[in-house]
Amino acid sequence: MPTIAVDKAALFKELGRDYTTEEFDELCFEFGIELDEDTSQSTKPEDQAQPPQLKIEIPANRYDMLCFEGIALNLKVFLEKEKLPKWQVTPPKDGQLQELHIKPETAQVRELCSGVILRGIKFTQARYDSFIALQDKLHQNLARQRTLVSIGTHDLDTVKGPFTYEALKPEEIEFIPLNQTKKMNGKQLMEFYEKDKHLGRYLHIIRDSPLYPVIYDANRTVMSLPPIINGDHSKITLDTKNVFIEITATDKTKVEIVNHMLIAMFAGYAESIEAIKIISPHNNESRESPDLSPRKWKAEVDYLNNVTGLDLSPEEISKLLAKMGHDVSPSKTDKNILDVSVPITRADILHQADIMEDYSIAYGFNKLPRVYPNKTAAVSAPLPINKLADIVRLESASAGWTEVMPLILCSHEENFEWLNRVDDGKTAIKLANPKTAEYQLVRTSLLPGLLKTINSNKHHSVPMKIFEVSDVGFKDESKERKSRNERHFAAAIMGKTSGFEQVHGLLDRLMLMLRSKFMTREDGLKNAALEGYWIEEVEDKTFLPGHAASVKINLAGKNHTIGVFGILHPSVLHKFELPYPVSTVEFNLEVFL
Amino acid sequence: MTGTRGPVPVPLETQGQNLTQDVLDLLDTKETLQSNEDFPAVPQRDIKAALDRLASRSMVEYKTLDKEQVNLTPESEGIVANGSHEFKVWKAVKEAGKIAIKELPSIVGKESASVGQGNAFKNKWIKKDGTDLVLVATEEPEDSMQKLLKGIQESQTVSDAKQLNDLKKKRLVTVTKVITYTVTKGPKYAKEMPVEHTDLTADLLASGAWETANFKPYNFAALGAQQDAGALHPLMKVRQEFRNIFFSQGFVEMPTGHFVDSGFWNFDALFVPQQHPARDMQDTFFVSDPPTADKPRADPDSERQMDQMEASSQRLFSTGDKREKKPRDFEKYWNDVKKVHEDGAFGSIGYRYKFKDEETLRLVLRTHTTAVSTWALHRLAEDPRPARYFSIDRVFRNETVDATHLAEFHQIEGVIADFGLTLGGLQRFLGDFFANMGLENLRFKPAYNPYTEPSMEIFGYHKGLKRWIEIGNSGMFRPEMLEPMGLPKDMRVYGFGLSLERPTMMKYGVSNIRELLGHKVDLSWIKEQPAVRFDKE
Repeated sequence: MPTIAVDKAALFKELGRDYTTEEFDELCFEFGIELDEDTSQSTKPEDQAQPPQLKIEIPANRYDMLCFEGIALNLKVFLEKEKLPKWQVTPPKDGQLQELHIKPETAQVRELCSGVILRGIKFTQARYDSFIALQDKLHQNLARQRTLVSIGTHDLDTVKGPFTYEALKPEEIEFIPLNQTKKMNGKQLMEFYEKDKHLGRYLHIIRDSPLYPVIYDANRTVMSLPPIINGDHSKITLDTKNVFIEITATDKTKVEIVNHMLIAMFAGYAESIEAIKIISPHNNESRESPDLSPRKWKAEVDYLNNVTGLDLSPEEISKLLAKMGHDVSPSKTDKNILDVSVPITRADILHQADIMEDYSIAYGFNKLPRVYPNKTAAVSAPLPINKLADIVRLESASAGWTEVMPLILCSHEENFEWLNRVDDGKTAIKLANPKTAEYQLVRTSLLPGLLKTINSNKHHSVPMKIFEVSDVGFKDESKERKSRNERHFAAAIMGKTSGFEQVHGLLDRLMLMLRSKFMTREDGLKNAALEGYWIEEVEDKTFLPGHAASVKINLAGKNHTIGVFGILHPSVLHKFELPYPVSTVEFNLEVFL
Repeated sequence: MTGTRGPVPVPLETQGQNLTQDVLDLLDTKETLQSNEDFPAVPQRDIKAALDRLASRSMVEYKTLDKEQVNLTPESEGIVANGSHEFKVWKAVKEAGKIAIKELPSIVGKESASVGQGNAFKNKWIKKDGTDLVLVATEEPEDSMQKLLKGIQESQTVSDAKQLNDLKKKRLVTVTKVITYTVTKGPKYAKEMPVEHTDLTADLLASGAWETANFKPYNFAALGAQQDAGALHPLMKVRQEFRNIFFSQGFVEMPTGHFVDSGFWNFDALFVPQQHPARDMQDTFFVSDPPTADKPRADPDSERQMDQMEASSQRLFSTGDKREKKPRDFEKYWNDVKKVHEDGAFGSIGYRYKFKDEETLRLVLRTHTTAVSTWALHRLAEDPRPARYFSIDRVFRNETVDATHLAEFHQIEGVIADFGLTLGGLQRFLGDFFANMGLENLRFKPAYNPYTEPSMEIFGYHKGLKRWIEIGNSGMFRPEMLEPMGLPKDMRVYGFGLSLERPTMMKYGVSNIRELLGHKVDLSWIKEQPAVRFDKE
């Protein structure tokens, strides 16, 4: 969630009163934003050095509150101090709209461009800073680090229309970038900003494209190289009167949302909003931008009342929705319908469910009638594998073993090499983007976690007896998700002696609790219908030769090998840095379902 | 020693001296013992141990006497032996008749010269004659200091507090605390310690000797024997409490047995747009191998588990009428999800962006178990009816690990589907849910979540911390999520969730999540945590 810092005194002046921190916190809570910090209560020198600020967390879909202007406006409307403005475009004096011609080649790199002109704007330092900060917030959030949308703002009086949006080879584009003194071409610019902390992270968006997007004025002055940087020539200053905003994008919806947000937040400081004429016949995007008409919605009164559990009249609902910025009037033809005009600021309204939410917020979440929703009795049930796992967990703890919960993710080495196991490439689920080597794959065995737990508890007295009942993961081509979990049981004991009989005894105990009888290998092999388990020596590099056994079981007429136990090979102890002998047992629980 | 059982001799000897027996012997000859007089050489600790041993068996009774004892310093011991400094000066002058002041230290010593000369003047025993000292008192004077100290040496007390302070300041005496015991016979006094049994044994029972046996008194102030106990993990104990709440409210547990999910189930079906930050490499673990998922299709394993769990409610609520089942059409579901994102549908204008099929097939480690709730709700659309589902299982976030974040944690999730549900009803339900954990008077804050509308953050007042804390998230699932599944428009679904770790950290006072989950957790800590009883805390 973005956090916006606003000047406390200025905001309270807008709201027409002072608030204590608690009062303002309460207002935020009810409206659905969050007061993160009031720096007037901070003891940090950097906070005390400047006028008190309120740091406010904004929900990720409220792009209309990413700056001081938006927060003040929405709160004023919520508090019924004023109504949301009705933004409208005004034609220029000469009737001639500025034109922006979009060349077809731009489709290869960044297809869309939109824009607007704010005439007669009056900047102050605070307004100017807020204007820049809002663009930055939009770039970070809605525009996904400028990949989807990027904004360029220009002093209209330094350039001359018609403007063109083109895509050219990097070497062919030459200009002085914003706040630089040297002219450079597209290629040089990429090198120049390579190490730039702020801009470096955007270069990848176009760097490898054969053509770079660029905006020219009628005199072939480069205005910007979106989404990286503007030209120095047309930069805005505190004295700029007329602002030309161009917005390039790969997302058709978001480009206009950004346009709307800039207008709604800053047209209040301007004399008029002027449309531009976009000429883009190759992709049917020719139009006049922006379209500031509110979206017309029809909301159902019974739906709004049913979901909220309220029973208010259409007029009352309309009044409440006005607090959230909507212009609402009950339909003249249908008593159950409200005609809702959704303002350009509310791009988050997608469905009447969103209008219903606004209705509940305006009414007050915490004033809604709280009625227990028990319409029908229900019958509870535990997941069978969890029920089974709980049996094994309780029996293991009753037998004197301690439950541990290591992580599911582990390194490749821990899961394979350190256990003397080989990765056949068909077993383990591997991760594409872990931040550390600790999380390379989903474990295929519970052993690495148990051994790491013992390693972290070397200070603990021995013998140390631990167990875990949890899932491991495997690749599985037959499944929709190409993988599956398997519930395993595992235990480990470390002591001065190997503890082999201990894990063996625990295995016997659990088998007894799971109604599986011990029998001889001969009996088990002779008759698969004879239910029970046996163990047989196995060669397994994880264990000391001659001291490993696999667990075999006959269940429902079928024979399964469910696991293995033994004394860990000293090389395994060495890798996991364990000072004493360790024996382990691990088996699959799913066969007992 | 732990585990020692049966008759054992009482340890009577201390450093070669059978002190316990000595006390018994002496008491046979005299009524009352004074430890300082009768055993002056025995350290206090030893005599106390012997007396305790006897007193615990009622063989003796004793009183403890604390008193202060005044002792002479080496300097004052010298005064007692040779007279005070002033006396030494007088004596020297008397013997020599006349002493040059300069010479005095070499005759009586430096210390006696400096202190004694002044005092002898004051006492008018000697006087100055030019640079010499000569006698005033010709008869031997009374040495009162020597007399005082001698008296103290005998009585070891000074009754005048001011005088005692004065002497202490002059470093002539020191004060020590002395504990002495006055010992008399107890009701079970005997001349010898009897043989004692530490425990009732099978032999004592068999022989009948227990009837006359002497049992060593039990030390009720000490802890009992260490239990070689196993233990359940505290996190799992809290999980069980949550499961019990869910079961008491008729919830069915969802089949969460797959850590890996597709972009479709984890995000798209939940109406999370493909450009949402949660789908960034920064936040989500993507799977590189296996490379891609199949398009959504039937999952017989999960299906079987759900059927098994719902068998009981099917039997109970069956009316005999055959219910129309509308089999799931996965292809249509996928297309409708795509449509609602791309163009809008079901009364929504959608996000209006180019929906990429390959994004839906990317495999991720599930970032929430809501992916499984989505599956369960789609299944419910075959036969829409009131339903309650829950799960508590592991989820994954590609986060930088710190005191409150791990790449893995457990999500608790509950889902209630019914016709005509209201938002206030969810608040009421959650009020009861959290009241079971002792959190009452919940408040709800409007919030944003891509798949719920309205979305409410749940706040509870924490009595310990004395402030409102966020304890979970909740909301009603969006129509854009439910209607593509084929659920009817008037069926509404609550969803709520919280992590298992956060309430556990609060319950057990853990501030670092790494001390709770993962291999670094201390085994002793696991063993020592008490049982969890939400209703008692």
